[in-house]
Amino acid sequence: MELALSDEQQMIQSSAERFLAQVASSAEVRAAMASEQGYNPVTWARIAGELYWPALAIPEAYGGLGLGFVEVCLLQEQLGRRLLPSAFYATCCLALPALLMSRNEPLKAHWLPLIAAGEVTASLAYASASRWDDTAVQVYAQSCTGGYRLNGQYLHVIDGADCDLLIIAARTPGSVGEAGIRLFAISADTPGLARHCQPTLDQTRRIATVTLTDVQLQDVHLLSEPGQGWPMLRDVLRIACIGLAAEQTGGAQQSLNMTLDYINGREQFGRRIASFQAIKHRCADLMLEIECARSASYYAACIADQCLNIDGDPAAQQQLGEAAATAKIHASEGFFHCAAESIQMHGGVGFTWEYDPHLYFKRARASEQLLGSPAFHREQLAKQIFGELS
Amino acid sequence: MNIGFSAADEQFRQQVAQWMQQHLSGDFAPLRFRGGPGDEDFAPALRKAWEQELAKGGWIGAGWAQEHGGRGLSINRQVIFFEEYARAGGPGRMGHIGEGLVGPTLAVFGTSDQQQRFLPPILAGQDFWCQGYSEPGAGSDLSNIKTRARLDSDSGQWLISGQKVWTSLAHEADWCFVLARTETGSVGHRGLSFLLVPMQQSGIKVQPIRQLTGSCEFNEVFFDQATTSADNLIGQPGDGWKIAMALLGFERGVSTLGQQMQFQNELDEVVLIAKSNGAAQDPLLRQRIAQAWSGLRVLRYNSLRMLSGVQDGSLRPEATIYKLAWSSWHVELGKLAMDVLGPEAELLAGGPYELTRLQALFLYTRADTIYGGSSEIQRNIIAERALGMPREAR
Repeated sequence: MELALSDEQQMIQSSAERFLAQVASSAEVRAAMASEQGYNPVTWARIAGELYWPALAIPEAYGGLGLGFVEVCLLQEQLGRRLLPSAFYATCCLALPALLMSRNEPLKAHWLPLIAAGEVTASLAYASASRWDDTAVQVYAQSCTGGYRLNGQYLHVIDGADCDLLIIAARTPGSVGEAGIRLFAISADTPGLARHCQPTLDQTRRIATVTLTDVQLQDVHLLSEPGQGWPMLRDVLRIACIGLAAEQTGGAQQSLNMTLDYINGREQFGRRIASFQAIKHRCADLMLEIECARSASYYAACIADQCLNIDGDPAAQQQLGEAAATAKIHASEGFFHCAAESIQMHGGVGFTWEYDPHLYFKRARASEQLLGSPAFHREQLAKQIFGELS
Repeated sequence: MNIGFSAADEQFRQQVAQWMQQHLSGDFAPLRFRGGPGDEDFAPALRKAWEQELAKGGWIGAGWAQEHGGRGLSINRQVIFFEEYARAGGPGRMGHIGEGLVGPTLAVFGTSDQQQRFLPPILAGQDFWCQGYSEPGAGSDLSNIKTRARLDSDSGQWLISGQKVWTSLAHEADWCFVLARTETGSVGHRGLSFLLVPMQQSGIKVQPIRQLTGSCEFNEVFFDQATTSADNLIGQPGDGWKIAMALLGFERGVSTLGQQMQFQNELDEVVLIAKSNGAAQDPLLRQRIAQAWSGLRVLRYNSLRMLSGVQDGSLRPEATIYKLAWSSWHVELGKLAMDVLGPEAELLAGGPYELTRLQALFLYTRADTIYGGSSEIQRNIIAERALGMPREAR
């Protein structure tokens, strides 16, 4: 039992921190979010080609570095601090877990080395309604000669307009709930697939709709085993929540850091406003929430790591739902509170476009909802606590 | 990072669980799940006997270094012991002040004579201790201590006069560690000394304080020319503040994991009631129960992080959040318990003022955010020590 970072993990963390301080200044982030692509391709090329971040959690057999999800979460935390728009979250937290959990060897052998090499980015598309559970899966996969014909539209696809690979979920016509769901891995240039980027309140992360019109797929595209589509998707979503919680923790920390810098410099009534107890106590509460979010996301990252590892502790599987929900709840509420307080403690300038608090506030809001609000995750936990799960 | 325990540690867990099952039975059975916060005046004589039972099993000072008579258990095994103790319903400890505070303090600041004099009776479950810090004028402003001590050169004894307050278990204690002003004219944290004082003497009067729970766990302690021998001074005259602060650091050690297992027992009771009385169908109460559940998990993860890589008892800045985190969580649980019970919560277990366990929880948790440094003081500490914000005027 050890919930502290190893020397190697600390090194990954601090080198990411240094790198991002260079490439993800406020000006860089603002330039990226205003650009047509929504990110800086030169920065991404360095992340993928020099730092090998996408390769981190991919086993060496597939051309990766053979580290784990804890390391992915450490990077997520640092990325969250800087709000750098990049394909990292969608590729490594939404799509990669599905590939790693799959038993379709040829499919893994095709896509994993491409991701590791930084040649391919990826995302996950599954919800056709503004919900996050199994009932949101409403794209239908009709069996036909030689495979499946898919029709329908996905909403809320993170970085979906720009990625190369899509993990998609579709259900058998007539099926409901957790039954009849399959996961596929398909190239984004598959005929019949159309993508549309939507303008969003949080401009640091792009969201797309993906429309499938008579898309023809075969068994070779199947990631999930028969009857295992939902359990697989459910676990992918839980792991994605954990990666997001790490990012939210980073955003919360930076909101507080930024605020501390400001209030330590700002003087009113002849003293630094940081010296007022009304301000100090609020900052103390924010630190409490951040440390709680960090503890929850570190612990959950360890659980996710075990679940993605073939030699992992089987007991971790039992804890994945609870750990993911706990991390997502505390990181979401912590980040939103920190970002909101950041605006308030900056005073008038906190309400301007020029200062950064609004960027964090908007990211906090978007991330709080993404993959389920705190209330949604509390209800999931309640079902477990009261023994109502099937 | 690694979230599992080794196979050997898991085997140790079995041993602890088995020992608890075998020994917390028979005469000791009535102690199960009793004597915790809000219930500290329950069966003191039997709980002292239980301390001696624990001592025979080698469970007192299990985390102390072997040179001080402990077993030198690893942090992991101490965690396991506290978890299994609480899981089995081990009663609130009478000896925790001696074991958790006095022992570690003497190990660092005591002379070897003092260690040999005081540590063995703590390990044997024979000497019980109380803490003489707070005074009527020294609460949050603890350094404003007025109790005076003077070394009488004729008798070779310290003479102590003054008043302490909120002293838990003073009426059951054999010894008290007293923070007293030994330098005439000194103010604040200078000129204080740390003295060990025997409780059974005519110069000490203990007066129970009735709390809003109706029970009396705290006392006022009056010192009127109370005495203790010159060699019961820990450190040097004037070292009192430094030692007192170090001692408070020991309070946030591994026992926190056991406290959380106790919290889990309380939460389990709330969940059980919610299932039986229909509160589990109320969407708002479901949300709050789930929040409490996840909050307790987070307390555990906080503790694991705090303890990871810490072998010497020193804690990182993040540890400053600990008291505020658990007390805020616990006070919410008390309120939640009442809301889950609904109108039933109003009915006492018996007359004239016998509380149910959850009523005691609800009322007692109001003390959690006050004692041991109020939440306001905790926020000052976090802001100043962890966030480096400007200090309050002192």
